[in-house]
Amino acid sequence: MDFLNGITLIANYIIIPGLTYGSQLALGALGITIIYSVLRFSNFAHGEFMSFGAMSAILLSWLFISLGITLHPIPTAIMVLPIAIVLTISYCLIVDKFIFKFYRKQNSKSVINLIVSIGVMFFTGGLIRFIIGPGDRNFFDGERFILKARTFKNITGLNEGLTLKTTQGITIILSLLLVILLFWFLNKTKTGKSMRAYSDNKELALLSGINPEKVVLITWIITGTLACVAGTLYGLDKSYKPFTYLHLVLPIFSAAIVGGVGNPVGAIIGGFVIAFSELIITFAYKKIFFYFLPINLVPEGLSQILSTDYKIAISFLILVLVLLIKPTGIYKGKVI
Amino acid sequence: MKKTLISFMLSVSLIFPAIADNVKIGIILGFTGPIESLAPVMAKSAEMAIDEVNKSGNFTHGKIDSVRGDSTCVDAAAAQAAAERLITAEKVNAIMGADCSGVTTAVLKNVAMPNGIVMISPSATSPALSTEPDNGLFFRTAPSDARQGEVIADLLMEKGFKTAALSHTNNDYGKGLAASIQKNFTSKGGKITITASHEDGKADYSAEVAALAQAGGDILIVAGYLDQGGKGIIQASLDADAFNKFFLPDGMIGDSLPKAIGPDLNGSIGSVPGTDSPGAAKYSELAKAAGFESGPYGPESYDAAALIMLAMEKSKSTKSNVFKASVMDVANAPGEKIFPGELGKALKLIKAGKEIDYVGATALELVGAGESSGSFAEILINNQKTNKVGYR
Repeated sequence: MDFLNGITLIANYIIIPGLTYGSQLALGALGITIIYSVLRFSNFAHGEFMSFGAMSAILLSWLFISLGITLHPIPTAIMVLPIAIVLTISYCLIVDKFIFKFYRKQNSKSVINLIVSIGVMFFTGGLIRFIIGPGDRNFFDGERFILKARTFKNITGLNEGLTLKTTQGITIILSLLLVILLFWFLNKTKTGKSMRAYSDNKELALLSGINPEKVVLITWIITGTLACVAGTLYGLDKSYKPFTYLHLVLPIFSAAIVGGVGNPVGAIIGGFVIAFSELIITFAYKKIFFYFLPINLVPEGLSQILSTDYKIAISFLILVLVLLIKPTGIYKGKVI
Repeated sequence: MKKTLISFMLSVSLIFPAIADNVKIGIILGFTGPIESLAPVMAKSAEMAIDEVNKSGNFTHGKIDSVRGDSTCVDAAAAQAAAERLITAEKVNAIMGADCSGVTTAVLKNVAMPNGIVMISPSATSPALSTEPDNGLFFRTAPSDARQGEVIADLLMEKGFKTAALSHTNNDYGKGLAASIQKNFTSKGGKITITASHEDGKADYSAEVAALAQAGGDILIVAGYLDQGGKGIIQASLDADAFNKFFLPDGMIGDSLPKAIGPDLNGSIGSVPGTDSPGAAKYSELAKAAGFESGPYGPESYDAAALIMLAMEKSKSTKSNVFKASVMDVANAPGEKIFPGELGKALKLIKAGKEIDYVGATALELVGAGESSGSFAEILINNQKTNKVGYR
């Protein structure tokens, strides 16, 4: 019984939250990695693109709720996701047409593009605050829980509860679907293969007749989709506040770099590495020891390695370690 | 020479326009930031007191104007800039504010003291402010958290909570209150299983709650802000079923919290400065007549503004360095008791040379270095509303 309680405890506080947060980071890191490998720059505006996607979903779900069109128990924001994705892609394409295209035509160095993307980040952040305001928005509706802790306790008779929020379930399933779709696209379709060729060797790809504008278009469509889904899922699961997406860029970049920049598999692995390290290092293990160790070995204190205040520092720590020890990341970066 | 002199005089008169006769009171509160839902009622309460005095026509020094400034509650630099503007540009004679403990300390130390301006804060409750050097310029109509810690410990013991986890917002207010709760609760035989801070303005508090949950406890004390991390901690605790009873100190009391959290918060308890003296009811009536609902720290704000004006009348001066000596005098016995709505009468009494004892909306009694002795209302969340169920 103690053993089962311990497992439930770990599942409730580490595995489920880690999978959720990891999926959100992985989707974000995928967007960054794809831009990096095809357009060859670090897109710092990605966090704000996610925010833009979430904002579109919020505005649309308000519209649909006021029209009375909802899909209980699924949150309205998920229902309107396709339209929000189209909006986000349009925004990405507009930004590309008026800003990034200019620098691409000039064959600017990637560091210039990086600075440009920081400009885009501030502009987008401002635009979002202008449209929806800086405040906290809770746009979750529908059924809150798939599995409630108390229900779980009643069914199993365990001391520890297991919670599965609807948003957590949706996040994990939707991320999985999106990732499968993306890999199928990149590996099996002609367009996906032409993208990989373009990323591998731009000149050779152009010589063999690949249309560069089409590749760029597809890249932004993929990025916009990933950003919108990741942003909406993060906002649904936690809460939407424009400011927090600025902070989100940091763990996402860590995830992309840890996994190996430019490598989609690496981005996903990196996302989960960052998410689980944050949780594992700041968790207090007192109760787990209580379930797994003989009673006389259970420590007095909380057995917490680092206080939760240092959560954000952990992704930096991992980033620094990876850059020092294995700069290419877990998977060798820069291939798509 | 004569021409030079005349032009000199003219230019001087242009540079220094005649200073307006009106007395000005600056109202510095966090109109934006973590307590933005409380600030409007606080400001309106102070302005209501000023209106009342203006309408009575009994104020010796003429008409009183008020100017608002934004303290932001958390950004000391912004609060100081706001105070600096009110003092140098608007030439206020005194400040009603600031609100949160951190910015209040900053404004007092860096702006009010150098300029010699009286500050009466309605809501800064950090124990550290009791010993902060202030040249006799600082008062507060809210009690120190040292007192609130005592009340909270008593309440928890009476309700039978023997162990509690404690999460506080990572600033002067949170730290001061947490230390006071811990000291009092432990000395009464209770046990605080964990004291952990949380940062405001984050999207996700599940990691913080995970640590709190591992420590366990009968109840979770959330010494934070209702529009900020405090709300996040409660929501995350409920989601993970880590705690289902919460203790809500003053920063967490407001109707927006039970509305946001929903029925799961019913049965939680809290404390907020308040009193069952007839003054509180009279204040509520006045507020209703002025078109707003009484809210947390509204009565304190009314009292803070009233004290400033009564002290000015008493000392026959609008200069901070003169009337600061009269603040304690008008606030405490002996004298005729003054309730909200009787400011005109109080001014008349002072003019006639009689003593007054300002009771106000909060049964005000200034002790120590000029802070309210503190009566607290006991809060019970029921039917998604904050209800006052007792006083101590």
